[in-house]
Amino acid sequence: MAGATRPDDGACVLDTGALEQLIELLRADGYRVVGPQVTDGAIVLNTIAGASDLPAGVTDDQEPGRYRLRQGTPEALFGYAAPPQGWKRFLFAPDETLWRAVRTEGGFRCEEEPLASGRTAMLGVRPCDLRAVDILDQVFTRSGVVDPRYQARRAATLIIAVECTQAGGTCFCASMGSGPDIVADDANSGADIILTEYTTAGAPLLLARPVSGRGGELLASVQCRQATAADCEAAAEAVKSAARSMGRQMPADVATLVGRSLDHPHWEDVAARCLGCGNCTAVCPTCFCSTVEDSTDIAGTTAERRRRWDSCFTRDFSTLHGGPIRSSGAARYRQWLAHKLAHWWEQFGRSGCVGCGRCITWCPVGIDITAEARALTEREGRTDANH
Amino acid sequence: MAITAPLVQPASHLWSISPWRISHVRRELADTFTLTLDPPADAADAAAAFLPGQFNMLYVFGCGEVPISISGAAGEGGRLKHTIRAVGAVTRALRQLRAGDVVGVRGPFGAGWPIDDTAGSDVVIVAGGIGLAPLRPAVEAILHARERYGRFIVLYGARSPEDILFARDLGRWSSRLDTYVDVTVDRAAGAWRGNVGLVTALIARVGLEAEHTVAFLCGPEAMMRFAVGALAKRGVEAGRTYLSLERNMKCGVGLCGRCQLAGHFVCRDGPVFRLDRIPNVFQVREL
Ligand SMILES: Cc1cc2nc3c(=O)[nH]c(=O)nc-3n(C[C@H](O)[C@H](O)[C@H](O)COP(=O)(O)OP(=O)(O)OC[C@H]3O[C@@H](n4cnc5c(N)ncnc54)[C@H](O)[C@@H]3O)c2cc1C
Ligand code: SF4
Ligand code: SF4
Ligand code: FES
Repeated sequence: MAGATRPDDGACVLDTGALEQLIELLRADGYRVVGPQVTDGAIVLNTIAGASDLPAGVTDDQEPGRYRLRQGTPEALFGYAAPPQGWKRFLFAPDETLWRAVRTEGGFRCEEEPLASGRTAMLGVRPCDLRAVDILDQVFTRSGVVDPRYQARRAATLIIAVECTQAGGTCFCASMGSGPDIVADDANSGADIILTEYTTAGAPLLLARPVSGRGGELLASVQCRQATAADCEAAAEAVKSAARSMGRQMPADVATLVGRSLDHPHWEDVAARCLGCGNCTAVCPTCFCSTVEDSTDIAGTTAERRRRWDSCFTRDFSTLHGGPIRSSGAARYRQWLAHKLAHWWEQFGRSGCVGCGRCITWCPVGIDITAEARALTEREGRTDANH
Repeated sequence: MAITAPLVQPASHLWSISPWRISHVRRELADTFTLTLDPPADAADAAAAFLPGQFNMLYVFGCGEVPISISGAAGEGGRLKHTIRAVGAVTRALRQLRAGDVVGVRGPFGAGWPIDDTAGSDVVIVAGGIGLAPLRPAVEAILHARERYGRFIVLYGARSPEDILFARDLGRWSSRLDTYVDVTVDRAAGAWRGNVGLVTALIARVGLEAEHTVAFLCGPEAMMRFAVGALAKRGVEAGRTYLSLERNMKCGVGLCGRCQLAGHFVCRDGPVFRLDRIPNVFQVREL
């Protein structure tokens, strides 16, 4: 639960000036600080120079297939839900060169592309996205073979998380056990610092909990006051109100439900609406699939291999000589939903969905993963009749 | 009977490709050939340590990389053998290569046939078409320690007499008194005096004691579905049936996600699976 109930763990209170100091410290320390900012009518994650780049007083309306910014609580810096693009691309590059090869007399020589250098501080990582980072850590670094490119970026990343005090229109993190507070123990959350924004006397403040040693050092170097029990209670109450206002939820037994519904007629029903565009996999903070592309220069003397994000919605994804295994839209949608909600458990012992709601907001036809999962329950009785 | 654990590669070698030199190209069939590869000097020791049933990713300079099973027996002087059917861009480019050319190798990957774990059992091998390639090292390993196994049966189906792969090996195996080999073709014209029909017909008439028998299968998925059915009819349970599956693969180590089959990464958890671990595979379409 939100650890912000006791003032005795080094928690302190930051105003905007202190946050500015924190960002300056990070920049002086060589970090590229990435955070949310308003660009072209959306909240986008990008390099920020200071706290004034953050989306002050802005909130978002999110619904299936719809996203819009509007005026929110004046001066609040984090009064919105998950932004369209998650943090995945800062750790797992959407398109990168893996190696280059040069022809030599005897054949060819491969040179791995140098690993990413440079440190990144991610400011404003929501609990759902923090969980998603931990899921990607597991996929790329804790499941057997380690991906060195992911590992290098992750090791050079500092995370300042922000608990949610306002539920977005498509969020369902509470039912996935991944928000709106930091559900894991702070120490195991993957964050270095955890912030919670709350309001006292009309002015937004940030309660800051140090988690890692580095986070503690940073907080010790900015001008802030120690948190009182009242600060912690106000922050915890703000997070609870977000949980209360969350409109969506995933059915509780969804993994087994999906596991026994692979033959369900409802997949055809979704396929009739699904455009197969792959937006859901592109915005999902845990989708990790990729493809590689080999190429040469025109002279044929040097070659390179690139890795790009891929989506199970493409036909190429499952292609064998002779055609794709998942040739129907129904099979491709089923792969997406069943992987997230059921097969992930077999692979990694947990769900692959963190309830951020992005796939619902960014689906052009408003397909809602929670509604599709629920439809499997509602129509379960019909399965036998149809087969 | 656990499937032999996959070999984990060190992270730094994840994408790096080692250049192996083709020492020999053998034409097997009109569209199928075998490459024999010599290791690069710096990899000569560890080079050809693999388990029967494992595969390598083979890379043609600038063209692409594909998963190909190891078809040679273990311990062929540190050499690798790969038997390839030319079907598309990369496999056709592989066919253009000649002795002296270099192929990029990444691997070996995946879980192989449970050769050691099945010692003491009768073994039935059922292969279709190019599916004999990943089974060849298994056959050779069993023949190499023949006394450790009970009855040994090899059943093979090809499209036509001209498509019979490794005919010399099949002849050599069948000339042994301790090994039963039977071959069938889907259709034949002219001088063919052997069986015509599906490999399932061979399963139906072979003598076997189900409770002591393990089966290793590889071939087109439709053929495996029928073969699994025919074996089940003879009493060979899913828990004693192993098959090698094919999926699209890019990384070979469980990171790219392309080869997923329900909760499995075929590259890492397979390609050889015990049938009761993947009970859905023939039941749910397009899984
Ligand atoms: C574990 C494993 C072992 C294999 N062993 C052998 C073998 O010993 N001998 C052999 O001839 N073939 C084998 N194959 C099949 C071989 O990998 C494909 O024929 C090859 O990938 C086709 O590539 P292509 O570029 O020539 O064809 P294209 O049709 O041009 O390929 C297009 C795309 O589809 C993928 N693809 C196409 N067919 C397959 C396929 N059957 N399996 C996986 N990906 C495919 C390619 O990688 C590429 O991404 C094996 C496949 C797997 C998964
Ligand atoms: S499946 Fe949808 S709600 Fe779940 S983590 Fe992915 S984008 Fe977010
Ligand atoms: S298989 Fe599909 S749903 Fe699963 S991680 Fe890959 S792209 Fe995402
Ligand atoms: S081939 Fe990449 S995960 Fe299996």
